[in-house]
Amino acid sequence: MPRVKVARKSTSIDMTAMCDVAFLLLTFFILTAKPKVEDPTKAEVPFSSKEILVPEDNLATITVGGGGKLFYSVTGSDIRTETLKGMGEKYKVDFTPEEQARFAVTEVFGVPMANLKSFLDMDAEQKKTYQQPGIPADTTGNNELSNWILISRKADRALHDKDLQIAIKGDRREQYPIINTVIDVLGKQKIFKFSLITDLRPAPKK
Amino acid sequence: MAELDTSGGGKHKGGKVRSKKVSTRVDLTAMVDLAFLLITFFMLTTTLSKKKAMDLAMPDNSVKTSQLPVAATRSMTVLLGSNNKVEWYVGEPGKSAPTVDNYGKDGLRKALIENGKKVAETHAAPNNFMIVLIKPSDKSTYENLVTTLDEMSITGVQSYAIVKITQPEIDELKKQKIY
Repeated sequence: MPRVKVARKSTSIDMTAMCDVAFLLLTFFILTAKPKVEDPTKAEVPFSSKEILVPEDNLATITVGGGGKLFYSVTGSDIRTETLKGMGEKYKVDFTPEEQARFAVTEVFGVPMANLKSFLDMDAEQKKTYQQPGIPADTTGNNELSNWILISRKADRALHDKDLQIAIKGDRREQYPIINTVIDVLGKQKIFKFSLITDLRPAPKK
Repeated sequence: MAELDTSGGGKHKGGKVRSKKVSTRVDLTAMVDLAFLLITFFMLTTTLSKKKAMDLAMPDNSVKTSQLPVAATRSMTVLLGSNNKVEWYVGEPGKSAPTVDNYGKDGLRKALIENGKKVAETHAAPNNFMIVLIKPSDKSTYENLVTTLDEMSITGVQSYAIVKITQPEIDELKKQKIY
């Protein structure tokens, strides 16, 4: 019986197509990835059954967390820079271009204007351990939160010609009065429509 | 394979420069390995869950609008107390017995659905929907408020409002020991 000879084939395959696909996917994931934001508030949002998505941009978020402290964040580094300039003028604080650049990358902050300059001068390690005291929002006297919101709304109007959306992100254990303060601050500026950031309720345990 | 041809230039005076024929195939295995490694990394680190929100509209308190007279029997008042307890009554305070309830399927939600049905039966259309007044006390938490608002949308209550709590109502909550 003659031996059946198996033809030897080369084991190398053309990987060009595979490589193309791999890099296409890689590019997609890199571009859609977002750096994780260091959240100083540690607010755990309450649950609800709503599934409306929060807008990704053009949004100002007032966070209530850490025992009634108020934090503020606004999307877009250009709006942040413009807002800081406006606040600096209002409270007579001069921010160097370096501090402005640092503020533009600060996503969330909860520091009164008096401490803001020294807060921006801290390095990343110090910022992590620093306990942010929260933004004051006295309804009678020093209402910095209101000014932050007002000036960033103006900045958004000037830069993008859009109305800034407002969202409240509250820790679920926060007492009602502080939430009421925030709603009052917004009401004074004639903002009567805003979003409450919630989480989808987890499936009930059986 | 992957070398630069540095020869050439001055040596071939006059003569034609002939480049060597090199195979254009490159071994892509390592590159593909790396690409898939990175893909895996980015896939696992991307967050898929986007933040959800509920929209809330507060009444414009700066404009004095003419208020429509509403039958008290159509209104249901929900007082948010401490310890995750809620107290509700229908109509004017003191005229009907208040009920202390908890949040959840068998508590507030059941009450809302039942009262809504009762109002719809006893009143003539089109003004037969229930009006819910939510009055959070200072001892209630933000979660209580969000849960209550969520119940409104679950039970399909058309008109509801967050109203400032008054002293008699706080006293009422104190009486029920949930303040």
